[in-house]
Amino acid sequence: MIAELGHFALILALVLSIVQAIVPMVGAAKNRIALMSVGRSAAHGQLLFIVISYVLLTYAFITSDFSVKLAASHSHTQTPLIYKITGVWGNHEGSLLLWAMTLSVWTVAVSIFSRSLPEAFMARVMGVLGWISAGFISFTLFTSNPFERLLPAVAEGRDLNPLLQDPGMIIHPPLLYMGYVGFSVAFAFAIAALLTGRFDAAWARWSRPWTTVAWIFLTAGIAVGSGWAYYELGWGGWWFWDPVENASFMPWLLGTALMHSLAVTEKRGAFRSWTLLLAISTFSMSLLGTFLVRSGVITSVHAFAVDPARGLYILALLVLVIGISLVLFAWRAPKLAGGGSFDLVSRDSSLLANNVLLAVVTGAVLLGTLYPLFMDALNLGKISVGPPYFEAVFVPLMAPVVILMMVGPFVRWKRDGVARIVRKVGPGLLLSVVIGVGWAFAIGHVTWRTVLGLSLAAWVLLASAKLLQERFADRPGTALAVRLRGIPGGWWGMWIAHLGIGIFIIGVTMIGSLESHIDVRMSEGQRAELGGYTFVFRGAKFVEGPNYEAARGLIEVFRGDRPWTTMTPEKRFYVASAMPMTQVSLDIGPFRDLYVSLGDQLDAETWLVNLHIKPFISWIWAGCVLMGLGGIFAASDRRYRRLAERAAPADAARQAG
Amino acid sequence: MKAKFLVPLAIFLALAGFLGYGLTLNPSVVPSPLIGKPAPEFRLAKLDAPDERFGVEDMRGEVWLLNVWASWCVSCRAEHPYLVELARSGGVPVIGLNYKDESDAALKWLRDHGNPYVATVTDNDGRVGIEYGVYGTPETFLIDRDGVIRYKHVGPINRDTVRKVLMPMIAELSSAG
Repeated sequence: MIAELGHFALILALVLSIVQAIVPMVGAAKNRIALMSVGRSAAHGQLLFIVISYVLLTYAFITSDFSVKLAASHSHTQTPLIYKITGVWGNHEGSLLLWAMTLSVWTVAVSIFSRSLPEAFMARVMGVLGWISAGFISFTLFTSNPFERLLPAVAEGRDLNPLLQDPGMIIHPPLLYMGYVGFSVAFAFAIAALLTGRFDAAWARWSRPWTTVAWIFLTAGIAVGSGWAYYELGWGGWWFWDPVENASFMPWLLGTALMHSLAVTEKRGAFRSWTLLLAISTFSMSLLGTFLVRSGVITSVHAFAVDPARGLYILALLVLVIGISLVLFAWRAPKLAGGGSFDLVSRDSSLLANNVLLAVVTGAVLLGTLYPLFMDALNLGKISVGPPYFEAVFVPLMAPVVILMMVGPFVRWKRDGVARIVRKVGPGLLLSVVIGVGWAFAIGHVTWRTVLGLSLAAWVLLASAKLLQERFADRPGTALAVRLRGIPGGWWGMWIAHLGIGIFIIGVTMIGSLESHIDVRMSEGQRAELGGYTFVFRGAKFVEGPNYEAARGLIEVFRGDRPWTTMTPEKRFYVASAMPMTQVSLDIGPFRDLYVSLGDQLDAETWLVNLHIKPFISWIWAGCVLMGLGGIFAASDRRYRRLAERAAPADAARQAG
Repeated sequence: MKAKFLVPLAIFLALAGFLGYGLTLNPSVVPSPLIGKPAPEFRLAKLDAPDERFGVEDMRGEVWLLNVWASWCVSCRAEHPYLVELARSGGVPVIGLNYKDESDAALKWLRDHGNPYVATVTDNDGRVGIEYGVYGTPETFLIDRDGVIRYKHVGPINRDTVRKVLMPMIAELSSAG
């Protein structure tokens, strides 16, 4: 009964999404306020019913109702409660429902926080979001019904894949979806702008905070996913250029370009059609990612169960949404006036250059991801593209992005002189190379990659310091507090996020250069040395988890003679799914992680133990945290709130007059 | 309508065409000219004992699987539990062909994740892989008692592949003659 109620609630949500897709659009076309405002109510109702549907599905998982097929395949009576709850999205059907719910949350957020926007514009935004929602809910209902019954019910479920029974997996998908789906707001604003023909700086200003917030979620989602791969897959890598990782990385790259492009459009009115195109493409990349994961066209570790009907449905959705948007773009965008003009040497053009580079990188990643498919379709054979390709194209393309990223803020808007810029950044750039080379020698690992990485990192840090110093020197004679208050949140956001990239590069370069590991046979009392640490094996004992059995090793770690920590790696065996799992034990530190995992048991007393030292890996996560933090600063710039307040009376006045 | 504004649409439509065509292809099914042909002979060093050699000849008279894998291959990690499960069930011996890999890394990988292989041979330069028409790892070949390739699976195998495809074929080949 519960499952049928959930199914019914989802059908009601679909009906409301169709109402939301059509009625406000008609209202906007006929200029009827009553019809326009239907969009908001429909969106609110839709959220209510999706939440009901989602809660009921979760209920089936929690109560181990194995007459629901999805619960039977992805849950188990012994699964810990938290993984019963997260198991709901650990599969294709449930995660689609989460996708739809996330979209609904964003839609309602837009309807609440954008009350000050002109009614006709909002009606179109609601309409566009309604169409996307209708597409995804119908996809769920018609091809991937999460409430499908399994009759007769089975006595026991097959349990959630043990790889997904992990804290990282609790938050990774929702964060990622908040990011993916969040770009639908910028997309809807862009389409609404194209439909109304109203495409001025105001459009960019409204879109900016939404885009930034979506970008923050996506950044966090990718970082958590990468962290999960690092400790859960058991071999300590953190990025694999897997097609599905790329699927989340491409919207991130374009989203980054979009944020910056929106900034130029808002401040200077320039690049309007480029910004529009980016808003469309960023969301298109989110959709494409969804297609890649769920259609089975690409083989990947992440890929969900393959079903041609699903692939066809989502491809049709892709063609409709992106195709119509691009037709609209080709039709309306040429009418846009050029906007502000700028010289070749200006901050405008440095941002444009970075934008183009980011788009090219996205193209290169897309090409590498789809290359096997292209070759196959053209009958040129089957091949696979691995990390060597991606590293070979990614590093040289991103290096200029990072250099420009820290040159741009020193350059003036509209027009600047080459000589002035060289004076400003020249010494810093030279010094960075010197530091990079010296640093590489200091750590005893001189390869071009290490030198490049460390020089880039040095450049980001030096330039950040100089930017900060210049900003403070801006108003001499005033108190520090006054100067601090004078700096807008947006500037801090930029500064922190860019600094985060520098920290991130240090992490990537150092771990690539200095990582070390040994595998040792250890029986009780034996010791091994690695990187100044002594590891003493104290045996392994049998422990029983809720839905697994494990051998838990006990390893005492000494630094010199001093006891440092105790580590407990596990070798788990998940009973229901009959899968062995390696549970890594980590000692996280600012300059290195100790990473210990248990290999095979060789005899009653002896185990193979893998000891790793991962230098500076935390800097990778710290870099991501700083990027996200920068996003938060930028999104909470009080300028947006002031504008929202100011816009309201102005609109009221316009409508009255 | 200016032509340059149509470029994104054109690119997208071409892409969509490929994606649509991609749906009709199954990345795990590769028509192999080798099916029904004798498995290419090899005599390669064993991974755990580089002085010993092992080849197709040693498996004559048995139905067996040749699994092409590498420690750098993420998909191999995905299929690994099923190979371990298959090996543990004892239905069929699995021989590993360690493809374009470093032996140290490969040995460590087997220690970390379990070793389902009766024997693993090293094909570090990928020469034998070429003879078997290996496109990418993992690939799995089913070879009969006379050393003839009967089936080829590209990409990771999973529980369904094992139960619905491999096991029935193995049972059939084992009972015949």
